[in-house]
Amino acid sequence: MSGTFVGMPAFPEAAREAVGNETLRGNLRHATHTIRAKREKAVTEVADWAELREAGKRIKDHTLRHLDRYLQQLEDSVTAAGGIVHWAADAAEANEIVTQLVKMTGESEVVKVKSMATQEIGLNEALEAEGIRAYETDLAELIVQLGKDRPSHILVPAIHRNRGEIRDIFTREMSEWGRPAPEGLTDTPAELAEAARLHLREKFLRAKVGISGANFMVAETGTLVVVESEGNGRMCLTLPETLISVVGIEKIVPTWRDLEVFLQTLPRSSTAERMNPYTSTWTGTTDGDGPSTFHLVLLDNGRTDTLADEVGRQALRCIRCSACLNVCPVYERAGGHAYGSVYPGPIGAILSPQLRGTQSEIDASLPYASSLCGACYEVCPVAIDIPEVLVHLRERVVQGGEVTREGNKVVLRPAKGHAAERAAMRAARWAFTHPAALRTGQRAASRTRRFHPRTLPGPGKAWSGSRDLPPVPAEPFRDWWQRTRGGKGGAE
Amino acid sequence: MRVALFLTCVNDTLYPDTGRAVVKLLTRLGVDVDFPMAQTCCGQAHYNTGYRHEAEPLARHFSDVFGEYEAIVTPSGSCGAMVRELYPRMGERARAEGRGDALAATLAPVVPKTYELTEFLVDVLGVTDVGAYYPHKVTYHPTCHGLRGLGLGDRPRRLLQAVKGLELAELPGADECCGFGGTFALKNADVSAAMGTDKVRNAESTGAEVLCAADNSCLMHIGGTMARLRTGMRPVHIAEILASTEEEPAV
Ligand code: SF4
Repeated sequence: MSGTFVGMPAFPEAAREAVGNETLRGNLRHATHTIRAKREKAVTEVADWAELREAGKRIKDHTLRHLDRYLQQLEDSVTAAGGIVHWAADAAEANEIVTQLVKMTGESEVVKVKSMATQEIGLNEALEAEGIRAYETDLAELIVQLGKDRPSHILVPAIHRNRGEIRDIFTREMSEWGRPAPEGLTDTPAELAEAARLHLREKFLRAKVGISGANFMVAETGTLVVVESEGNGRMCLTLPETLISVVGIEKIVPTWRDLEVFLQTLPRSSTAERMNPYTSTWTGTTDGDGPSTFHLVLLDNGRTDTLADEVGRQALRCIRCSACLNVCPVYERAGGHAYGSVYPGPIGAILSPQLRGTQSEIDASLPYASSLCGACYEVCPVAIDIPEVLVHLRERVVQGGEVTREGNKVVLRPAKGHAAERAAMRAARWAFTHPAALRTGQRAASRTRRFHPRTLPGPGKAWSGSRDLPPVPAEPFRDWWQRTRGGKGGAE
Repeated sequence: MRVALFLTCVNDTLYPDTGRAVVKLLTRLGVDVDFPMAQTCCGQAHYNTGYRHEAEPLARHFSDVFGEYEAIVTPSGSCGAMVRELYPRMGERARAEGRGDALAATLAPVVPKTYELTEFLVDVLGVTDVGAYYPHKVTYHPTCHGLRGLGLGDRPRRLLQAVKGLELAELPGADECCGFGGTFALKNADVSAAMGTDKVRNAESTGAEVLCAADNSCLMHIGGTMARLRTGMRPVHIAEILASTEEEPAV
């Protein structure tokens, strides 16, 4: 799987291709608008939605504030229930732990529940390098894996594919990985689903090791929770002998009572369902039922550093519902791949530059991948003020400043390529704090207005390439005011 | 009642007609309008592009110029949202950075008395029928910062519905961003243009002659796209519609 994001170009370049791809834009438009409308309906059904949203925000904030304590409690509960807890500071460490655990079982293949955390760390590639094959069992994830593709949506990783493309991928690739696609497969949803079912069933029954993430971890009992629509996850969680769960440390909730809030807000925000068709919970191990060995790998990978930033930390409240992707006009046109991460859309634009830092070209461009329209904030079930974090990260890009990296305070220098912009902003600030200078500029513009082009040179070219500029008026307002009102309103 | 007109730097320089319309409209409604000549820019472009430190002196300047007035009216949802939503946040950030309460204290007075024009008409003056006449088919685009930042709700629509001769056409996908977003239009020109095109195509589908909004920045983007796509539609600021009367109709 070509799952790597290293060396991605900046967002504007990456988006250009998608913007020009009519099929892709059509697929995305249709999918996001459909789910957007459904979500809207599912949310209005709940009389206390606003309170649930506020409660979710508070529970998450409280948990994050006392994360050390709750993680300790979780470790104790999981251990008491017969599980084994591992701590991974970064992707490499997490991959190493999981690889060793699989090797210890003597197996060379594993089945996987759809998991953002394992995608984030590139676990499948790491296992592959050690001769272990990981089979994705979520339908959309399977399509991405068989297509040697990258996910482009949090919930529907293959949202950019249409049915015809999926049929071709199944026919071409399934035999490489196991049971081949049935003869004469068509692109009807029922046939595609059946082909996937037959292909996957073989794997569920054979696999001795399952790998999952989790949507939540309940500290008080050490219980992990996965919600899903297809039931494939439940197969992976219950059939194998060994279960390894890789989970970001921010997924914790203190109690079952807290969980109740998210079991209402998550399904309605993500799939517009009143509840998830499958809600699986597992607590350590139980004799004669389910996996006999359970490992929990707690993943940091930039989360503690993010927690140290008082504006940016709210991104850790995210419950990965993907509602913000589905309403985002930029995501709709640019597609998920342009974000250069497993976290696309508005949440990706604020999460990736925090988890990975803003040094790379793509990460420095992500805070600008938004028109700040605020639709994402409006739908977010845990009220993450995404526009606020975007602007905060823009500040980090253009002005630099102190951040925490691997637990140490470091001072970032401003990113390259913003010198001209910074100079322009300073000049504008100067003019705007000197009204007389501003007025001189306005008058000059008015006097030379017949010579103004309708298109711009330099950085403005992109703008005027597709839009006409307004003409400069003969007289700015303040001159009219002074001419007609004699400057009533005080001196400059 | 005496109010200060905060016209915004964009309107002052590029759209003086909007300013004249606001003065005409408010004067007709019995409001005494003042235009403090020392006003410049609220600092929104600086702030939103990541130059908070450059925006701070502009916010202070705004407070100096407007602090003494009873009410401040602006025909711009986004600049209104800048003052109301983001000035308090700038104060909080300065405090969090250990710079004390000085900035917050300087900015606080202007925050509650800054109103976007339609808000001022409906909430403060308590009017929805401003006695306007505008015999055209119009569609209304609620701009993002007016819609979500200030929560203008149906105020602009109610004002438009009361205009004599005006036929209001519902805009499909009205609450979707037009793609302007300040420097976003420069930095992500392709995506921005695609968003603008969709907005204009939706507007065209209504059969309206005019698309109106409460923010000239968005109208500049939408209007520029309309011109380039040769739609024949025109972008018009809501103030110009509300200022238009049978005696002195806007063209
Ligand atoms: S940021 Fe909010 S809306 Fe977006 S995926 Fe996370 S929880 Fe959902």
